[in-house]
Order: sequence, then structure tokens, then C-alpha cells
Amino acid sequence: MLSIENLHASVEDGESTREILKGLDLEIWPGEVHAIMGPNGAGKSTLGHIIAGKDGYDVTEGTISFNDENLLEMAPEERAAAGIFLAFQYPVEVPGVATMTFLKAALNAQREARGEKALSTPEFMKAVKTAADKLGVKQEMLRRPINVGFSGGEKKRNEIMQMALLQPKLAVLDETDSGLDIDALRIVSEGVNSLRSPERSFLVITHYQRLLDYIVPDHVHVLAGGRIVRSGGPELAKELEERGYAEFLEAA
Amino acid sequence: MPAVQETIDRVAAIDVDKYKYGFVTDIESEKAPKGLSEEVIAFISAKKGEPEWMLAWRLEAYKRWKTMTEPEWAMVDYPPIDYDSIYYYAAPKGTSAPKSLDEVDPELLRTYEKLGIPLKEQEILAGVRKQGEPSDLDEIAGDAPYSRVAVDAVFDSVSVVTTFKDELAKAGVIFCSISEAVREHPELVQKYLGTVVPTSDNFFATLNSAVFTDGSFVYVPPGVRCPMELSTYFRINEQNTGQFERTLIIADKGAYVSYLEGCTAPQRDDNQLHAAVVELIALDDAEIKYSTVQNWYPGDAEGKGGIYNFVTKRGDCRGARSKISWTQVETGSAITWKYPSCILRGDDSRGEFYSIAISNGRQQIDSGTKMIHLGKNTSSRIISKGISAGRSSNTYRGLVRANPKAKNARNYTQCDSLLIGDKCAAITIPYVESRTGTAQFEHEATTSKISDDQLFYCRARGIGEEEAVALIVNGFVRDVIQQLPMEFAVEAQKLIGVSLEGSVG
Ligand SMILES: Nc1ncnc2c1ncn2[C@@H]1O[C@H](COP(=O)(O)OP(=O)(O)O)[C@@H](O)[C@H]1O
Ligand SMILES: [Mg+2]
Repeated sequence: MLSIENLHASVEDGESTREILKGLDLEIWPGEVHAIMGPNGAGKSTLGHIIAGKDGYDVTEGTISFNDENLLEMAPEERAAAGIFLAFQYPVEVPGVATMTFLKAALNAQREARGEKALSTPEFMKAVKTAADKLGVKQEMLRRPINVGFSGGEKKRNEIMQMALLQPKLAVLDETDSGLDIDALRIVSEGVNSLRSPERSFLVITHYQRLLDYIVPDHVHVLAGGRIVRSGGPELAKELEERGYAEFLEAA
Repeated sequence: MPAVQETIDRVAAIDVDKYKYGFVTDIESEKAPKGLSEEVIAFISAKKGEPEWMLAWRLEAYKRWKTMTEPEWAMVDYPPIDYDSIYYYAAPKGTSAPKSLDEVDPELLRTYEKLGIPLKEQEILAGVRKQGEPSDLDEIAGDAPYSRVAVDAVFDSVSVVTTFKDELAKAGVIFCSISEAVREHPELVQKYLGTVVPTSDNFFATLNSAVFTDGSFVYVPPGVRCPMELSTYFRINEQNTGQFERTLIIADKGAYVSYLEGCTAPQRDDNQLHAAVVELIALDDAEIKYSTVQNWYPGDAEGKGGIYNFVTKRGDCRGARSKISWTQVETGSAITWKYPSCILRGDDSRGEFYSIAISNGRQQIDSGTKMIHLGKNTSSRIISKGISAGRSSNTYRGLVRANPKAKNARNYTQCDSLLIGDKCAAITIPYVESRTGTAQFEHEATTSKISDDQLFYCRARGIGEEEAVALIVNGFVRDVIQQLPMEFAVEAQKLIGVSLEGSVG
């Protein structure tokens, strides 16, 4: 489904160029849940951004293919229509744009790009309500401008609600657990788990092991120094919890 | 609401690829000779069958205009206009007094069809064609009172069709072309014309006073709430025809009226001058709501061929507790010079100005408002949203003044500018003059850019770049859109998207 080979990416940092990803390899098959863990500044969000197509990163080497398409040549909106979803670590405020309006524009743009019929307003309302109820998002919140004045937890919940509505093939969740209290964490995890299916894959980025108690991954990778330095099963997450990232930082 | 649904469908059908109103209708026109002289003015006046006093009024204005010079203070730049090479009168042939749509040149109707104006909405069409047949009207009358729109269509210089006139007449509302009003209601016209914008007001208004060819007239009698929205769709068609519309709206004591103005124009190579005058008068406890969606041809990417829009719009809150509200969405024209204003004469009167001004390509906008507080406890509110893209320049120029007798005058002004790209300019020039110690004026201004993060967030959800810009901009202008009647709000949102095409990437 997603295949990343030898990915090198850098950013312009003032005068100098700074390499953030230094030869990253990752292979995700349909239905798999992969977790990426790593210390702050390791390049986890950078990876998510590059998968989703954000400007500002130079991919100097390597390839990313998604269902045999060259992802790096696709615009962000094309990637979204192809089934890629990024739940942002820091969801962005768009003043004046009601959440409902935003969702409708997103869903119908994706459908149109895929050659599907736009949903009628009643069909759309039904789809939103289903997704919102699942994530405990209130109707009142759907009328508010998207992310404006939302608490940290509300923003994260809203991201997962969008995922539930858009039904992507590959969802990248970037630190969705941060800012969530234990109840919200449970709701969000249930939301994610209910979307797990043999066709849908997840890349769960997290700093803490806690989330992985709820969303049990098939594979866990440690990202440090711009590379995957170790991979394993769910037990690797537990090990990291006990021993921290220090040894990997040294290794990197 | 069939009429509203029709409008939504129509707007949905707007071709978003390019300015699509760039076509020319082939109708022979009767023109006055080029240029301006006493003879041309007499020709216009005679054509319209005007009484003596009207001609005298025009000639007086013309005399004054000859002594005036074109203003240069606005932040707009254009080649000199040759006032002698303009046709001041052009009427679609044979349409000077149609009794029904059947009598209207079919070519003209097809033009409206292409424009998709509500005039051709089936229900309303039926209302015109089969006047007196109650069934057609009943179907519409079953709706909420404001779901209907009466249209006074202006094709070049002459009002061609007026719909729903009979029903309005039943309510005592007069809604007709200004030419007809001059003939049929001279006492009202003489009493109010030029009392808000005097013939000597400014260069363009004075020119208009001399040569105005048509426009709308509305009178709502005391205590009457106008039973429908009134609407005029302006359209410039004849090449090199100056457009000098004159609109006069009077809401008598306790009356209410909502008026919509919208326009599009065909593509042209020569710049076209438009110098309209709009006068609003609200007596005691009356309210006038005036909404504009302006979508004239802005010129090509180099700014060639667009409309010059030099408009004087002013409302007089003449009576106590009266209220005038201007809402405008400006997306078109090569040059816009426009300051819808309120004179708050009556005690406790209120003026409002809600504006969205979008400039793209090489467009130049210098627009804003004046709130002149004269009476006690008068209040005003200004919400201006300027959006600049491309190489355009967008200036907000506003004046809030409280005269010595305007005790407790209050104003709230909010001016927000949004920049798209880095080759455009947004300028905010607020003037505040308070001659009373009791006035409370508040002013807030912001300038922002569409951030890359916002764009990426939308695009990561599948929304294409241009649609994302339109979405973000529509969010930015939401406070103003909410002031528009539903019909216009839908149209305006779509227009905003269309007018910002090519502004990113
Ligand atoms: N646009 C940028 N300009 C400069 N440095 C950046 C930029 N984006 C990320 N970085 C740097 O790259 C490193 C990795 O960032 P990030 O991917 O956000 O890490 P993580 O999500 O793992 O905490 C950090 O040191 C960060 O400061
Ligand atoms: Mg991060």
C-alpha cells in the first residue's frame, strides 16, 4: 500500500540546509497498523507532512509510492482523493468557515476527484451525524468555525471525526493522543479501532506508549536521527516506555 | 421557495472558468450624437418626454459641471477620459414602452437568459406574462413574503421590464423607472431628487445630474412594509455608452424596504465609464436596506477593457429613529471609486455599512464610507473586508464625523484586509472627526495573509487550491455575507470564488 524507500528530506533553515530525514524505509501493507515512536525533533511530523504533500520540504533522494503511484508527484488534494489522510498534530484554524461547510467542501471535492457524485445535503448531513456521534462531537461544534477556539482535545477529536467521515485508505495520525484526557483518549481510540479493516492502514505517530494500549499496532518503529533505527512488535513500545529513547539518540 | 431554489441552481450553473458575461447583444440602438452639449441634453430630455423643470435642472447641472475638474485624490490611476467621445444616450430600439415581456426584443431576453438573472425565473416570468391571472401569482405568494424579487431591469439606458408592479401598487409602493416617475409622480421626484446628492456635489454626480438616462424610483408610503425585495439588474451593453443611472428611494414614515442591485457587463476593449447616483431618504422610523453585488467586467489580465465605476451613493436618515444600511460586494470593474454614505440627521438614527471589496489582476479599488453624525444619539457601524490579490490595489477610505449637536454619537468601525500573494496592496485610510466631547468612536483594523498552513490544511482534506482560497476568503467575509438577503448571499459567495481565480499558484 505505502512503500517508502531511502527517503532523504531537508528544509531551508535560514542560510543553511538542514537534513531531517536521512534514508528512511517503511513498508505498510493493507490492513496494517504501524506505530512510529521517537523523541521530539526526530522527524515524525516531517514524515507525516511529506506523505500528505506539504510544501517546504526538499526530497533529495528516495521514493514514496502509494498503491503503485508515485506519491511525490501528486498534489496534496490528489493524495487526499487517492485515500491519504493526515490527522494533524496541530490542526489549523480557518476563521469564519463553519466546520460543517469545511467538511462538505472536503468530502465533495474528494468525491468529485474520484468521479463520484456529490452528496446531497441530506445525505451529507446523515454522514456527518454518524461520524460526529461516533466521536462524541456535538452538533453545536459543527456550526463553529473549524478549530477556532476549540480546546486541544476538541481539535484532536475533530480530526478523527473527519477521518471517520472521509474514510481514507491510509490514515496518518500525528500525536493524536497529546492533549487528550483519558476519556477522550478512549473515545478517539474506539473511533480509530472501529475503522480498522483489511483494506485500511494506519500510521500512528506518538511519543508515548499509552495510546498503543488502546490502538494495538501490528508493527512498532523507532524513528531517531532521521531513520528507522529499530522495528518490532507491540512489545517494543513497552520496552521504550521503560527504557526511554536515550540509547537511540546516542545511536543516531 | 421556488424562486430562491431557482436562483441557487442558476448560481450553481455559473461557469467558473472565466468571466462568462463577455458577450454582446445585437440590438440596434437609438443613440444621441457623441459628446455632451446642451443639445444632447435636450435630446435626452425630449426622448423621455420630460417636463420643462427636469430639463432646466439638467441644464443647470451641466453648466456647473463645465466649471468643475475631475477629482484626483483617490488612489486610482487611469488614462484621461475623453468626455466628448462618449455616447450619453442609447436605448434598445423599440423597447421604450413595452407592456409585457412578449413585446420585448427576444434577443434582449436571451441576454438576460445568458446572464441568468431572476427576471427569467419561471414563476416571475409567468407573473409578468399573465398579469391578472391569479393562479401564477398565488403559487409564489404562498411563500414567505421576502422570497420574491421584483425586478426593474435596466438594459443600457432604458428600463425595459418592470415586474410585479401591480401587486406593489396594491400595497401603495411605487417602483418604476426614474423616467416614468418624472412623468407620473413629478411631485415626489421634485420634492426629493437632488436633496441628498445635490447637483453640485462632485464632478461625477454633477455629470450624472445633467445626463442621467435611467434608473429606479421607489416610494414606500407611511407604515408600509414593502411586500417583496426590489431588485434592479444593471447591464452595460452598447459600446462606448456612458452609463448614468439615477436611483431615488424614499421610505416614508415607518416604512421598510429592501433593495437589491446587481450587475454584469459584456467584455469590451474600450474602458467604459459608469457614473451612477443613488439617493436614499428614510423619514421617521423608516428603514432602507440597500444591497449591491457588483460584477462588472474588470478588464483583462493587463487591466485593459474594464469598467470605470465612479459612483455616488448616499443615504439620508432624515427622520428620527430611521435606519439605512448599505451592504456591498464589489468584485468587478477596472476602477472602483465608491463611498456609500449615511447622513445621520434624525435623532436616534442609525447607519450601517457592510462591505466586501475584492481586487485581483490589475483592478484598483478606492472605496469606503462616510458616516456623518448630525443628530443626537445617532449610531453607526462599519464592517469592511478588503481582499487584494494579483497586482491589484485596494484602498479603504472612511470618514466618521460627529458634529457639535451629535451628542452621544457612537461608531464602531472594523476594517480587515486580506492579502493573497505579495504583489498586491491594501491601504486603510480612516478619518475620524469628533466635534462633540460625548462621541464614542471605536476603530479596529487588521491585515492578514492567507497562511500556507491554512491552505495546506484544506488541500490535505482534498480541497483544491483555488477552492481552498475561496473557502478561506468566504470565511473571512462571513460577517458581511450574513447581512445580504439569502438570494444574494449564495450568488455573492460564488462570485467571490470566481473573482479570485488565478490568484494563487
Ligand atoms: N520548516 C522547518 N524549518 C526548519 N526546521 C524544521 C522545519 N520543520 C521541521 N524542522 C526541524 O526538523 C526537526 C524535526 O521536526 P519534526 O518533524 O516536527 O519532529 P517531531 O514531529 O518528531 O517532533 C526538528 O528539529 C525541527 O525543528
Ligand atoms: Mg511532531
